[in-house]
Amino acid sequence: MARHVAVIRFPGTNCEFDVVEAVESLGGTAEIVFHDQTSLGAADAVVVAGGFAHGDYLRPGAIARFSPVMDAVGVFAAAGGPVVGICNGFQVLTEAGLLPGALQKNAGLKFRCEMSELRVETTDSVLTSASSVGRVVRIPINHFEGNYTCSDETLAELRGEDRIVFRYVDNPNGSVDDIAGVCSAGRNVVGLMPHPERACHELLGSTDGRELLASFL
Amino acid sequence: MASDPDLAPVDDTHAALGLTDDEYLRIGETLGRRPNHLELAMYSVMWSEHCSYKSSRIHLRRFPTEAPWVLVGPGEGAGVIDVGDGIAAALRIESHNHPSAIEPYQGAATGVGGILRDIFSVGARPIAVMDPLRFGPLDDARARWVAEGVVSGISGYGNSVGVPTVGGETVFDETYAGNPLVNVLCLGVMPTERLVLGRAEGVGNLAVLLGSTTGRDGIGGVSVLASAGFSDDEADADKRPSVQVGDPFEEKRLIEACLELLDRDLAVGVQDLGGAGITCATSETAAKGGAGMDVMVDEVPLRQPGMEPFEVMTSESQERMLAIVTPEQLDEVLAIAEKWEVRATVIGTVTGSGRLRVVDADGEVLADVPAKSLEEDAPLYDRPRSEPTDLAERRADRADALPAPSDPGADLLGMLADTSWVWTQYDHMLFLNTVMGPGADAAVLRLKHPTTGADTGRGLAMTTDGNHLWCAVDARQGSAMTMVESVMNLAVVGARPMAMVNCMNFGNPEHPEVMWQLSESVDGFSEALEAFDVPCIGGNVSLYNESRGRDIDPTPIIGVLGVVDDLSTVPPGPVLVDGSRLILVGATDPTLDGSLWASRAGHRGRGTLPTLDLASAAAAAGVVRELVINGLVQGAHDVAQGGVGLALAEMAVRSGVGFTAARIADHAELFGESAGRAVLCVAPDQVRTVLDALEAAGVPHARIGVAAGDRLVVKDLLDVSLADATAAWRDQLPAALGSGTTQG
Repeated sequence: MARHVAVIRFPGTNCEFDVVEAVESLGGTAEIVFHDQTSLGAADAVVVAGGFAHGDYLRPGAIARFSPVMDAVGVFAAAGGPVVGICNGFQVLTEAGLLPGALQKNAGLKFRCEMSELRVETTDSVLTSASSVGRVVRIPINHFEGNYTCSDETLAELRGEDRIVFRYVDNPNGSVDDIAGVCSAGRNVVGLMPHPERACHELLGSTDGRELLASFL
Repeated sequence: MASDPDLAPVDDTHAALGLTDDEYLRIGETLGRRPNHLELAMYSVMWSEHCSYKSSRIHLRRFPTEAPWVLVGPGEGAGVIDVGDGIAAALRIESHNHPSAIEPYQGAATGVGGILRDIFSVGARPIAVMDPLRFGPLDDARARWVAEGVVSGISGYGNSVGVPTVGGETVFDETYAGNPLVNVLCLGVMPTERLVLGRAEGVGNLAVLLGSTTGRDGIGGVSVLASAGFSDDEADADKRPSVQVGDPFEEKRLIEACLELLDRDLAVGVQDLGGAGITCATSETAAKGGAGMDVMVDEVPLRQPGMEPFEVMTSESQERMLAIVTPEQLDEVLAIAEKWEVRATVIGTVTGSGRLRVVDADGEVLADVPAKSLEEDAPLYDRPRSEPTDLAERRADRADALPAPSDPGADLLGMLADTSWVWTQYDHMLFLNTVMGPGADAAVLRLKHPTTGADTGRGLAMTTDGNHLWCAVDARQGSAMTMVESVMNLAVVGARPMAMVNCMNFGNPEHPEVMWQLSESVDGFSEALEAFDVPCIGGNVSLYNESRGRDIDPTPIIGVLGVVDDLSTVPPGPVLVDGSRLILVGATDPTLDGSLWASRAGHRGRGTLPTLDLASAAAAAGVVRELVINGLVQGAHDVAQGGVGLALAEMAVRSGVGFTAARIADHAELFGESAGRAVLCVAPDQVRTVLDALEAAGVPHARIGVAAGDRLVVKDLLDVSLADATAAWRDQLPAALGSGTTQG
């Protein structure tokens, strides 16, 4: 059954309409929820979309975590609701403590916008349940701060609990253990740097994002 | 000019502000008295070269500007055309050359910011940016510093503000060593009924200043920076405070707030604040609306205390817009601004007086001038122009007399340069429109309705082109050839050209040869525009591009927008398919004058460009477009700089397939740059159909070889391995520019 998705919009978010377009193309419905809202309404799934929330000032996600809507997202996630953070949304979720680790500047100190290949590492997450382990999907990246880092203990925990959702085939940014995306202990919150919504149309170079978002919907 | 002694200058203030004695007198005649200091400052920015086009207007009038699909032509914030399905497209190109020379990161960043505001000031949402860039040679450390800073600035601002950068050009050449060119083009779309213009109408309506506070940054930037050349480094360092600082997050909120105002029909008009700041925005909106305006200068929110009225009125602080609203709707406007955390302040009132008055908090009138005079009474110069005295001798000095290359393969490898080092730093995919992005002959974007999001099944295609080597030989024909290249770039992606905008980057207009180049260029473009039935819908002129007394090569850069009538499949792109046949479309005049190969052999600005027949070029572009749309070609690439040799090599390295070509007689046929040609890669079973179509259209063509193997072979001329060519292509820019940028 297709879901109704709340797409979170902070001042500075810029991928919110792209996510709506992708969700609708897969038969779902979506509404934009502005950052000052305290309720997610009738949503049964949440996407924290990419962009530069609050200008990425201070550091990506550092201000966004204090926006009123993030309390609602936290309550929703704690109740087991599916939440996906894409790119800046991933950064926001780590700052908000909904996902472990942090995203630092790319190893090459350059912004990178290009197609990337990801290997699906687990199907036990809200974004990969319809995929298969070891499958390689082509999904574009678009970030300056996408270099995933975490403590050795956290990394061991992520590995031990099968919470690394995606790894880069060819690491573009220096992320520890080639990590492109992780999930929460409850497996209902997923964050990833690549943009599945950019890989959902035949004319855009890849349709691999459809199977990920289809899992979510 | 009459010289009334009561109007004569009393000191040199006007000269320090960049106004001549004659211009000072002209202000006095308009006012019937000497201008005070504030008025003088206002006229100095509005009558600067950058704002008034005083040296170029007389020539720009010759561009053809009309077509049934043109909704707004030159002279507004952006040109606008009707692209069907209830959608209007807004297009604009600007230069930020001088600020970028001084402060590369901020200069380029604020260039992006400025062009976006031009686009949403007509009611359109900006959906794509392109950046034609020109830098000094790669072996010059300062040129590399400028290039890195400019690319970082575009990346830092453009990505953050949320508008994809879908293409452009990057050229390194000695002519730009002291004066880089940073041009930026922006495309926006809107429902046709939302088109708004910067008009202040309705006496009693309010002028609301939206966005950033006003500071001392960029005071008089247009007159100090944009309207003078560069001398030595120390003097240039003093100009740094005239470069503005950009804040993309402020701009992003400003875009959303302004578009929401327009969506809800809450603004009579909106106008961006760019060059000449509040003075320009208030006088232009008032003049265009046939009204006047009182500006309450003390109401303007300031970034720092103690600013003088002349500073407030001429500051070029970024991220500001002026909206004209009715008093009844003010509260709703302020509520939208609050939602987006955008500062909004009433700073003026529309009057029926036709005068722009600056009034302080005590009601004292600090300036009082006819609003129209700031724009319409600006001086118009027909500056002396003359062709170079040695023109005949220059034209007779042919590159064909140069010795033939000992190793054409090495020359070819030296021309290959993948620009992805630049454009992977730009978000070029946002909005899910980019079917073909940077690196393609033209960017191809899905055309979706801006309000409903409905996919029209059609596309928009855009290209920017400029070639200073051609224009240095012959500005008139070089400009026409530039337009031909743009049209062919659109044709190979299946698009028909609809509108052109130009950015005329030239040297010092006080040099008669530069004015001659500008005039010739306008005529060359006009002839080509008429041949293709494409209107010019806007432009920008950047003069004084000179360094230490040396003018840059004339570098007109154009942007051409086209429509792809059926975008159900991805256009073929500049690729080869193993086993397919190669067809060269268009006639070749085997001369090397103006070519990249000749310039590398030290021959530039001399000779006679290859024969150009605009009617033939139009026919060639037309048939190529038809073949592409009908799916009859597997690869298509325009032939321009580097000739057919470079076109074939680029197709090979992009697809990992080599070629064997024949019927290319010599290096002049290989590297010559006759305009209006393309290379097509055609499956064997389609060759007959394609040749028949070319015959039927009367377009010259030749079968020149086969795509196959792992070598680049031109019989009797060159034979290099695909691996070597690919490495040369891939490594040239990264090797020179390093792995990263550290600014910003």
